[in-house]
Amino acid sequence: MLKANNISKKYKTVQALSHISFEVGEAEVFGIIGPDGAGKTTLFRILTTLILADEGTATVDGLDVVKDFREIRNRVGYMPGRFSLYQDLSIEENLNFFAKVFNTSVKENYDLVKDIYQQIEPFKKRRAGALSGGMKQKLALCCALIHRPTILFLDEPTTGIDPVSRKELWQMLRRLKEQGITIIVSTPYMDEASLCDRIALIQDGVFLKIDTPDNIVAQFEGTLWGVSADRMSSLLQDLRKEPGVLTAFTFGDTYHVKVDPMKIKKKELATKLEEKGYQEVEIKEIAAGIEDCFMELGVNTKMN
Amino acid sequence: MLRYLLEKEIKLFFRNPFLPKLVALLPFIALAIFPLVANLDIKDLKIAVIDQDKSPYSRQLVEKVLSSPYFQLSGNFTNYAEAQRSVEDDRSDLIMEIPAYFERDLVKEGNVQVFVAINAVDGMKGGMGGSYLTGILTDFNNNIRAEWIQTPSRLSTPHINVFSAFRFNPTLRYIYFMIPALIVMILAMFSGFLPALNIVEEKENGTIEQMNVTPVKKSTFILSKLIPYWVIGFLIVNVCVLVAWLFYGFWLRGSLLTLYPFTIIFTFTFCGLGLVVSNYANALQQAMIIMFFFITTFIFLSGLFTPFDNMPQWAQVIGNISPLKYIIQVTRMVYLKGAVFTEMLPQFAALCLQAVFFNGWAILSYRKRN
Repeated sequence: MLKANNISKKYKTVQALSHISFEVGEAEVFGIIGPDGAGKTTLFRILTTLILADEGTATVDGLDVVKDFREIRNRVGYMPGRFSLYQDLSIEENLNFFAKVFNTSVKENYDLVKDIYQQIEPFKKRRAGALSGGMKQKLALCCALIHRPTILFLDEPTTGIDPVSRKELWQMLRRLKEQGITIIVSTPYMDEASLCDRIALIQDGVFLKIDTPDNIVAQFEGTLWGVSADRMSSLLQDLRKEPGVLTAFTFGDTYHVKVDPMKIKKKELATKLEEKGYQEVEIKEIAAGIEDCFMELGVNTKMN
Repeated sequence: MLRYLLEKEIKLFFRNPFLPKLVALLPFIALAIFPLVANLDIKDLKIAVIDQDKSPYSRQLVEKVLSSPYFQLSGNFTNYAEAQRSVEDDRSDLIMEIPAYFERDLVKEGNVQVFVAINAVDGMKGGMGGSYLTGILTDFNNNIRAEWIQTPSRLSTPHINVFSAFRFNPTLRYIYFMIPALIVMILAMFSGFLPALNIVEEKENGTIEQMNVTPVKKSTFILSKLIPYWVIGFLIVNVCVLVAWLFYGFWLRGSLLTLYPFTIIFTFTFCGLGLVVSNYANALQQAMIIMFFFITTFIFLSGLFTPFDNMPQWAQVIGNISPLKYIIQVTRMVYLKGAVFTEMLPQFAALCLQAVFFNGWAILSYRKRN
C-alpha cells in the first residue's frame, strides 16, 4: 500500500529525515511514534505530495509521490496536525466544500463518515472556528474521509484533546481499518503505540525500529525497576551514580531504572538510598513499555 | 470546480466582519474627504501693508491687491520691524512695502521698486502667494502703462503681453487633478492588498495545506482568489466615478468605456504583484509590510503628488516601472483631456508589459515546491 525507500530531507541546516525506509500493508494501522521535532510531519508532507524529498523514492497505493502526485491526491486523506479547515464556514459547509472539491458529494460517501459525523451533527450550523478541540478533530477527520480515500494520513490527531475524545478517536480508527482503509498515524504519546498494528519509533529523523508493539516490547533486554522516594529531584542524579545502574529516566511519578542484575540487587539499592537519607524508598520490578524501549533505542543510537 | 471555490471565497468574504464594510466605505470616505483636505488652492493670505507714500497711486495699488480673493489685510504698519513682528506672530503671511515717493518716482522716472517679503515656512503657500502678488503687481504696472500711452507726451514702447490660459483644468482646481489619481489609489489598495492578504491568511491558518492535498489545481485555486477581487476592483472604479460626480459634479471628459480596459489590465497587474508578495510572505504581518513598501514606493514614484518630470533622472528611471504612473496618467488624460484609446497606446503597452512581468513572476515563484 505504501512503500518508502531511503527518504532524506534537509531544511537548510537541519537534517529532518535521513534514510527512511518502510512499508505499510493494506488496511494496516501504522503508527509513527516519536517526540516533537523528530521529523513526523515532514515525512507526512512528503508522502502526501506537499513537499519533495531531497533523496529517495516513495509510492502510495502504487503511485509515485513525485510523478503521479495529482492522482495520489485523489486517493489520500490528510489531516494535518493543526486544525486546517475554514474557521468561518460551518461544519456542514466545510464538509460539503471538501466533498465538492474532490468531485463527490456528502451523500455518496455518507456511510463512511456517518459514525463520526453523527456526533457533531447537532452543531452542524456552527462555525468550525467555534468548536471545541475534540469536535474540530472529528470534523477534520470527516473532511479527510469524505472522498473515500484508500489511505489516511493523520498527523498527531490526538494532540491537545481530552482523554475521552482520544479514546473515541482511536475507536473510530479501528472501525475505519475494518472498512479496509490503510491508516498512517503519528503521535508523541507512547501509550497510543499499543493501539497500532505496527509502529515505527522515530527520533531526529531516523527510524529506530519498525515492528509490532508487542515485538518491540518483547525485545527489551535487561531488568527494569520502578524507583520512587521522597526527594525525587535529587534521586535521579543519585541513581545514575550507582554502579550497576545502566540508565535512569523519568516516567510519570517514578523513575524507570535499567540495571545489571549481576551487579546490584533490589535490597542493596534500597539500603544504599536510605543511607543517603531518602525515605519511603520503593523499588518494584516492572515490565518494559514502549517508552522504555524508545528511551533505550534512543540512547543506543546516540551513543553510536 | 472553480465554481465551488468561488462560492467559498464569496461566503468567506461576506462572513469577514470587516472586509465588506471596508470595501463599501473606502471609496466614499477617500473621495469625500481626501480632496477636501489635500487642497492646494491657496486663498485668504494675510498681507501686511506698509504704505510710506500714501499717494493716490499707492492707495490704488493696495486696493487692487486687497480686492483679489487671495489676499486679506492683516494690518497697516508704519515700519518694517512692526510688520516683521506680525509675520513672526503668524498674523501675516506676506509684507508689501511701498516706499516713500512711490508716486513721484513712478511718474518721473517710470521706475520704482516695491518691496515684498514672504513667509516661506510653508513653501507651497509662500510660493503661490508670491506669484499671485507678482501677478497683481504686473497687472497694475500694465494698467499704468495703458493710461500713459494715451498721454501723448510719452512714446509708446512696444512690448509683448503674455496671457496664460490653463487648458483641461481651466480653474486649476486641485481636486480635478487629484480625483482621477485617487480612484487609481483605491483600486490599487483593493487589487494589491486583498488577494495577497487572503492567500497569506490561508497560509497562516494552514488551510492552504488542506487545499494542496486535494486535486484542485494551483491555477484554479489562484483564479478563485483573483476573480472576486477583479470584480470588486471593477465595481469600485464605477462607484468612485459615481461618487466623484455626486460630490463634485465631476464627470469624465472622455468616455468611461475608454477607462475600462486600462483599469482591468491594471487590476490584473496589481493582483499579480499581490500574488508575488503572498508567495514570499508567510505571515500576514510580513505581507502587509512588504505590500506597504511596494505601494508607497510606487506611489511616490508615480507622479501622484508631484509632477513626474520634476523628479531626478534616476527616480524617473525607477518610476517607469511603477504601474501606478501609467494608470494615473491614463485616468487624468481621460478625465481632464477626454483622451481616446489610441492616444494612450504607450501607456496601454506599458501596463500590459507590467501585467505579464508581475504575473509571470508570481507563477514562477509559486511553482517552487521545496
